[in-house]
Amino acid sequence: MIVNYWQKDIETMKRADIEAIQLAKLKKLVDYCYNNVPFYKKKLDDAKVTADKIKELSDIKYIPYTTKEDIRDNYPYGLFAVPRNKVVRIHASSGTTGKPTVVGYTANDVNLWTDLVSRIVVSAGATQDDVAQVSFGYGLFTGALGLHYGLERIGATVIPASSGNTEKQIMLMEDLGTTTLISTPSYSLYMAEVAKEMGKTKDNFKLRLGLFGSEGCTEEMRDKLEETWGLFVTDNYGMSELTGPGVSGECIYRCGLHIAEDHYIPEIISSKTLDVLDDPSQEGELVFTTLSKEAFPLLRYRTKDISSLDYEPCKCGRTHVRMKKVTARADDMLKIKGVNVFPSQIESILVKMPHISPNYQLVITTKNYMDSIEVRVELTDSSLLEKYSELENLEKTIYNKIKTVLGIDVKITLLQPKSIERTAGKAKRIVDMRDKKTI
Amino acid sequence: MILKQISIFVENKPGRLAEITEIIAESNVDIHALSIADTTNFGILRIIVDNPEDAEKALKAADLTVSITSVISVTVEDKPGGLAGCLRLLADKNIPVEYAYAFVSQTTDKACVVLRIEKDFEAMQVLTEAGYTGLDIQ
Repeated sequence: MIVNYWQKDIETMKRADIEAIQLAKLKKLVDYCYNNVPFYKKKLDDAKVTADKIKELSDIKYIPYTTKEDIRDNYPYGLFAVPRNKVVRIHASSGTTGKPTVVGYTANDVNLWTDLVSRIVVSAGATQDDVAQVSFGYGLFTGALGLHYGLERIGATVIPASSGNTEKQIMLMEDLGTTTLISTPSYSLYMAEVAKEMGKTKDNFKLRLGLFGSEGCTEEMRDKLEETWGLFVTDNYGMSELTGPGVSGECIYRCGLHIAEDHYIPEIISSKTLDVLDDPSQEGELVFTTLSKEAFPLLRYRTKDISSLDYEPCKCGRTHVRMKKVTARADDMLKIKGVNVFPSQIESILVKMPHISPNYQLVITTKNYMDSIEVRVELTDSSLLEKYSELENLEKTIYNKIKTVLGIDVKITLLQPKSIERTAGKAKRIVDMRDKKTI
Repeated sequence: MILKQISIFVENKPGRLAEITEIIAESNVDIHALSIADTTNFGILRIIVDNPEDAEKALKAADLTVSITSVISVTVEDKPGGLAGCLRLLADKNIPVEYAYAFVSQTTDKACVVLRIEKDFEAMQVLTEAGYTGLDIQ
């Protein structure tokens, strides 16, 4: 396998050098936040932290956390560290409840962000010879423009297809010879479904790389996508608060996502005690400090994503720490009858099952103060209709597999094909009706 | 004697059966026999129609899970023991019947049943030799 780098010197830097950069930048950042953001001034004063208190990297633990609620409370410009006329771009993350989370970028921020994305696309195997179709929705969401800029900078041919209008997407993909597809895993799955209906197989396309992101993707789902499209899939990670995509990405060895450590300090904490885990290779909540951002710096931002860190240098030669693929968000964790359930666990089971489509939905309801999960799947194999018992066996098999892995009883509901809503963005896999009255 | 049967997966929610039969009606296909088996979760609707190709096309276009299988139609006397005689014949030849259901009756002295038999060709031979006939509606 050929390993390419975008900024080789930085990406393969010795650990001691990375840490030296991080420490110097962290001290500056504390001063910078203190002097430019009243919210941080107060927080740091309350915690009695000054730049002088940061003597080594582990002293980061003295700095208070920042949360999504803090960003919301300071909506819209409260956490900006530069005057508004230095801000050249605004993005916002979809607020599922109330106001969105607004973030800003200076010209330097956009430039830095672009390099970060170039790093992850090159490490995933993209080159200037690629034709890259960006099928993320363009707009306030950082995914589309982030990948767009990063791919353009490496010299790839970028098609800003945006999301939706799926038949046209597929036409473009075939006619323009798209080699690299950028979308959410669930949308690419939907595109495959539509392509099939249009009578196309993977041989109609020149796809070789899939950069799927913005929602969790289990390895089983990834395998399914590779098989369906005949391409090589890598995962990447980011969130608008931290810049957008480019915070970390998988290299071709796919053994974790390399974090751009010259610009971010990652930590793994316990969501319960809020202490930093002694051993970062244990799973916990991912926390990031941004080291280089001007407009919207973040001190110890709690992502609510569950991951772990591996500091061993990678086979690809990169020395930057690898975070474990995020398949679960702390927010996504469901407590069902006292058992912790991550939807990704159920996904891993369903995607491997024959006779059903990889689209699924989990519906959680409460009846008589007891939570229950209904797993909705779509029956696609008509050969099972011959014998009633085969359909019942299918239900039983799914039920038993979930019971084995999670230890809870779920209700399996077989639906007809395409009855679960397809989206061009993030798939809605969970319908939690526990707050509502159930009939 | 051998007819094409359409099996359709039916979600167990109000109105599904009405929707499915409407789709068939819109494609101008006539239903001659039907059977529906259900559990609390889902059902399988099995139908015999005059134009299975058109019905299948319409149902698939509506994103339904549909399959086609061969079944045997047999006309029996509409009197006590009419069906039993035919089934005994098959049982004695060791030909198992998976399931069976009846046609809408057109006359008073004859009844017609649908039999799903794996060894359909063998069954047809046995029944024809014994003088049974089937329907030829497709």
